[in-house]
Amino acid sequence: MSHPQRPISRRSMIAGTAAATGGALLAKLPLPETADARQAPSAPALPAVGDPTKAPGAPTTAVGTRSPFVEPKRAPVGDVSGTTLAPLQDLAGTITPADLHFARIHSGVPTIDPAGHTLLIHGLVDRPMTFSVDDVKRFPAVTQIHFIECSGNGRTAYRAPRPDMTPQQVDGMTSQSEWTGVPLSLLLRETGVKSGAKWFLAEGGDSCLLARSIPIAKAHDDALIAWAQNGEPLRPEQGFPIRLLLPGFEGNTNVKWLRRIKLGTEPFMTRWETSKYTDPILGGKARQFSFEMDAKSIITSPAYPDRIAAPGWRAIRGLAWSGRGRITRVDVSTDGGASWQEAGLRTPAMPKAHVRFELPWRWAGNNSFLMSRATDETGYVQPTMAELRAARGPATEYHFNCIRGWRVARDGSVTFEANT
Amino acid sequence: MNGAIVLSGLCVLVAACAPQTRDASVGAGLPANLGLGAAATAAQVAAVDVEVGPDGAGLPAGSGTPEQGKSVYLMNCATCHGNDGEGHPPLAPQIIGGPRGSFNFANDPTMTRTIGNYWPYATTVFDYVRRAMPFGAPRSLTNDQYYAVTAYLLEREGIIQPGTIMDAKSLPAVQMPARSHFVVDDRAGSMGGKAVR
Repeated sequence: MSHPQRPISRRSMIAGTAAATGGALLAKLPLPETADARQAPSAPALPAVGDPTKAPGAPTTAVGTRSPFVEPKRAPVGDVSGTTLAPLQDLAGTITPADLHFARIHSGVPTIDPAGHTLLIHGLVDRPMTFSVDDVKRFPAVTQIHFIECSGNGRTAYRAPRPDMTPQQVDGMTSQSEWTGVPLSLLLRETGVKSGAKWFLAEGGDSCLLARSIPIAKAHDDALIAWAQNGEPLRPEQGFPIRLLLPGFEGNTNVKWLRRIKLGTEPFMTRWETSKYTDPILGGKARQFSFEMDAKSIITSPAYPDRIAAPGWRAIRGLAWSGRGRITRVDVSTDGGASWQEAGLRTPAMPKAHVRFELPWRWAGNNSFLMSRATDETGYVQPTMAELRAARGPATEYHFNCIRGWRVARDGSVTFEANT
Repeated sequence: MNGAIVLSGLCVLVAACAPQTRDASVGAGLPANLGLGAAATAAQVAAVDVEVGPDGAGLPAGSGTPEQGKSVYLMNCATCHGNDGEGHPPLAPQIIGGPRGSFNFANDPTMTRTIGNYWPYATTVFDYVRRAMPFGAPRSLTNDQYYAVTAYLLEREGIIQPGTIMDAKSLPAVQMPARSHFVVDDRAGSMGGKAVR
């Protein structure tokens, strides 16, 4: 796929500022020196292809690679404090390959030796304890499939949409993995929990010590201390060696590089639950501790920059998910919401997980306006952009779960349409 | 015999009705303690127990004034956040000097959220600055310096008076203008439902 319009480089802006001010501190940061450093290396020339049935192919390797004809990429890259988005339009099914999982990092990706890493659990517990990574892995483990979505996902599409946005640029801050880990409740059985413990602080071992307060009920519900992702140890960008996994909760609460859990009576009011990750709403208010990700969906094909070659049958495909449980239904419109058809759910609808939906569609070569609308098991129906703006305000800061649109022109070109 | 059948039937019923908690499905049949992990020593806890609560719990000894904080800020913070806290967004956000008055952030995308108009707790300023700043060398300043730079930012926002000493007692007592605007999640009680909120 192509990115016709490269987003403005944060790095180049900062680098320019640092140069202008002679900034000693910024100069010490491990930043590439020029905007060019952010650009992915140019693709190697594709191999010459003969008839593969006439001669033996390549030998085995220790670690597999993708076909040279396939090049899914996250973007943008190069930020020490920023986000890189998953290429939703290049993915099938519901599992995100670990190396393409979106990543939001606040002060770089730490390098952690698991042999020296421990998890401390203390505060309102009977026995403050430390657990090595080996200890964590000795507990009974569960393996579950869940999405993680940053609650800032879709902000640009909500605030400053452009027709030339790809699914990656619209909603690339959601990804899904098969996670393996120990239920947090089992670790809390070891430490004991004192009465009065209502919240716990989860703190990471990155250089900003990212920390969030979580209701203790989540620990007894479905919180995991995850140590594996899609069959292998966590990737460093996903919290190696251990992370908190809170199914259905906004991405930021799934604290990576987890080093400490402290039980207390009240929330600790960290920066990430006050200054950030709170939602200004109408009436002069800001919503705090808005953990659950509301039901949402996006069509990932066809989508910008696709161009439908000719009228005829093709599948409309996309992802739907809810932080409150299972997706029960996805409806698709090809006429801008005037009429809806129920799409098929092509993967098992698991709670707090992406599901792949699909609707076979015969494009007649006319102007079309594609939309998808998810419904979850609570009965919640994904709202339109107009409904969400009316409910939360045009400048709200997180939780942008409105219906996404794609316009198909007569020439087959597909562009993003935010106004639904 | 009949009793046993009734009893086992009851068990099935009870099991079917019992909430399917994690403990029930994974920890069932295990002893209360597996003996994994080790008792944490006081030193192990003290080494990482860095957070400060809104009631001031966790604040260290030490103090600082806005006047002392100005030089700390200019030496350690101004390179990224600017001499007047105007920032270089998005990596180094504006931290002071945001518009005051109406709390109209949901309607007005041009309103910058800063300490004085958005942060609900003064303790969070100390916690975050000590936890994560300076960006290139977090936790490298003294507690006095962190108190002082916190005092400086609060004074620049007009929340405390010049000369006010910030310490473990005075900082949690600072009333932040934005505090009353925060509400807990009210999206249908966080339980879903049909309403868009």
